[in-house]
Amino acid sequence: MIAYWAILSARFRALLQYRVAAAAGFGTQLFWGLIRVMIFGAFYQSSNVAQPMSYEDVVSYVWLGQAMILLVLFRPDVEVQAMIRSGTVAYEMLRPLDVYSVWFTRAVAMRTAPVLLRAVPMFIVAGLLLGLKAPASPQAACLWALSTATAVLLSAAIGTLMTVSMLWTIAGDGIGRLVPAATFILSGMIIPLPLFPDWAQPVLNFLPFRGLADVPFRLYTGHIPPTEGVAALAHQLAWTVALIALGRWLLARGTRRMVVQGG
Amino acid sequence: MLDSIRVYGRYVSISMRSQMQYKASFLMMATGQLLITAIEFLGLWALFARFGNLRGWTLPEVALFYGMINVAFAVADAVARGFDTFPAMVKSGEFDRLLLRPRSTTLQVAARELQLMRVGRLAQGLVVLLWAATALDVTWTPQKVLFAVATMLAGTCMFYGLFVLQATLAFWTIESLEIMATVTYGGVETAQYPLVIYQRWFRRFFTFVVPLACVNYFPVLAILDRPDPLGAPVALQWIAPAGGFVFLFLSLQVWKIGVRHYRSTGS
Amino acid sequence: MPHVVAENLVKTFRIAERRPGIWGAFRGLVHRRYRTVRALDGVSFSVEPGELIGYIGPNGAGKSTTVKVLSGILVPDGGSCRVLGYVPWRQRIETVRRIGVVFGQRTQLWWDLPVVESFQLLRDIYRVPRGQHRQSLDELIELLDLAPLLDVPVRQLSLGQRMRCDLAASLLHAPELLFLDEPTIGLDAVSKLAVRDFIRRLNRERGVTVILTTHDMDDIEELCSRVMVIAEGRILSDGPLESLRAQVTRERWLIVDLVDADAQVADPDAEVIRRDGERVCLRFDPSRTRPAELIARVTANHPIRDLFVQDPPIEQVIARLYEERQS
Repeated sequence: MIAYWAILSARFRALLQYRVAAAAGFGTQLFWGLIRVMIFGAFYQSSNVAQPMSYEDVVSYVWLGQAMILLVLFRPDVEVQAMIRSGTVAYEMLRPLDVYSVWFTRAVAMRTAPVLLRAVPMFIVAGLLLGLKAPASPQAACLWALSTATAVLLSAAIGTLMTVSMLWTIAGDGIGRLVPAATFILSGMIIPLPLFPDWAQPVLNFLPFRGLADVPFRLYTGHIPPTEGVAALAHQLAWTVALIALGRWLLARGTRRMVVQGG
Repeated sequence: MLDSIRVYGRYVSISMRSQMQYKASFLMMATGQLLITAIEFLGLWALFARFGNLRGWTLPEVALFYGMINVAFAVADAVARGFDTFPAMVKSGEFDRLLLRPRSTTLQVAARELQLMRVGRLAQGLVVLLWAATALDVTWTPQKVLFAVATMLAGTCMFYGLFVLQATLAFWTIESLEIMATVTYGGVETAQYPLVIYQRWFRRFFTFVVPLACVNYFPVLAILDRPDPLGAPVALQWIAPAGGFVFLFLSLQVWKIGVRHYRSTGS
Repeated sequence: MPHVVAENLVKTFRIAERRPGIWGAFRGLVHRRYRTVRALDGVSFSVEPGELIGYIGPNGAGKSTTVKVLSGILVPDGGSCRVLGYVPWRQRIETVRRIGVVFGQRTQLWWDLPVVESFQLLRDIYRVPRGQHRQSLDELIELLDLAPLLDVPVRQLSLGQRMRCDLAASLLHAPELLFLDEPTIGLDAVSKLAVRDFIRRLNRERGVTVILTTHDMDDIEELCSRVMVIAEGRILSDGPLESLRAQVTRERWLIVDLVDADAQVADPDAEVIRRDGERVCLRFDPSRTRPAELIARVTANHPIRDLFVQDPPIEQVIARLYEERQS
């Protein structure tokens, strides 16, 4: 257990050093956020029909998305990818640590330090200047915090699943490209999920991706009232557990496959 | 000149064959791109289903903007790959090798690589474009069709120019400046909607600094026979695409300055 | 007409200085300090057609900078030069059409493609007439034994195989002047010999002028009649290999294998410079001491198993040259 903690904190500190990279992406995100806010603004001006979400909530939703974007941008764990390509991943498998837990821990670390570095300035700028509102209520804030923490774990679980899929080279490549983009859209980062057509809502509500962005954001704005908060959290948690289990199972199969083929 | 075209052609065929080797991967990625861009458009469609219109613009009209810019960008993305991956070339010293060949460096970099995968986005853009063309209340005279094609070509040139500028930065700095990617991809996103919906400073940037409006907004207005809500003269709408070609030309001059700089400072 | 005439080439680089520590890094962002390095500090030499010259020097001495200037890649800050009659940086395309350059560590072939396709692409790039290309290619394939490699993608070749293909690629357009930058680096012994043999034949039989940059002293000894030594941007020595040796030092070495590994060897006219167990290396000045006399004296005092007399290895000579330069 201590070993995992050590890995986590080491990665955290290492990632904190990528300050320049954090600053560079910030400008891009302000740009994106502004475009989306302007586009939604134009839409909302075009119709008097009542919408599933108010414009103010949409604005907050967009900026929350920019703040937490790194939870939804899946990049393969580069070190592990290199290990798999070169074949040295076999050595990983020989170590006394549980490989899945190591990879999962790394994934969690990759989603904490960089996210913080991006979120804090984004909250400040968007909150002061760009229309990001404060949480709807103290309960909303609380639920949002819990939900975000769970979102980190969920994101790590999906990310680790993708890393495991790299053991199967061709499939892993394809998955590495499709999943991030699909996840991005289905989590609400392009269009808030409530604005999708009504017939799509059941599907979107079932899939795990809303747990990455849509759920925490709507808890924040109060769009999901505190009374439904527990159900939402449960949905996130259930998928996290399921995806971790799937990841472990796939890794076991992948390991056996590698051992059989000789790495 | 003909000779250079032949060399370019050879490079292209090599690039394509080299990528065809990875058939399964290529298919998966092309399909994936197609699906993803399709879902993006569905999102747009969903918004129109809820709101009915976008400040007076209908879905087919917006789809015309969307389709044309995506086709223009997809082609540029596929063809300008050599410039897109240029920074790595400078870093590894491979650019020196280009200087050792009796050909213009521009040609060599431009021809280096073609990215077939982008065909997914291209296909989707075409589908949207064709749908828009049929769904719209527009008479498609041969003149208008030609004009549309020329506009997309101008758009491709403009994006190509952005890629060239991005590559030229590599001569001065090792860090890739995010701003270029921001402007490029942000530009695509922006141009998918009529420029009027944005705020003034934004419109100005994308008209005068990066001539996005020239290769999408104004020409589409001309095709739709709509006067510009912001008051630009109709004549401007028809000659606007020239801006894209001019932009590319200027970018290539900056590139040449970059090469000169590289040759006087080494690396 | 000489193939290369270089006069007083000067090239300085500005290198941004990195400051130590975190505070330094911050200040570095705001205010950059530069260090100027004189990579070439008045380099002059000329090369006649058909010469095979070795160009040596420590790392950072200016060897690659010289090659870059001569091949038109880099524009110098001062001085003049003509390569095959052209000013390389002003007439880049004309110059590079008639020279060949091979870098030991970077290939000019296309990584994913079979070797033969790289050759064809180069034909188009250099505008070589088909007939001439065919003929050159056939000859090179035979000389370098490339037939089994033609359909192999470059990324699958071993280092030795790749170097042979690179050599062929650089000669397809029949250049009159060839720059070779560390061509034998990392190669196994057999490949090294093959490459050296090829270069020798190229120079002797076809009269291709070769400028060979290398750290491998065996390359120099085997191939070069003339050696240029550069250090800190200046040419320290330029002439036949023998005179280089003579210039630096007048010495020869006597190496003996003693029967008694612990015996102490001393002689008034010789200095022990190295000792490996039973092997003792003595340095002496042949102008003051006749080798035969020294041998007689040493063997009289100590029974020996074997002995030989040799010139000091070229590295020693070069090292001595740098040292003298410092002081």
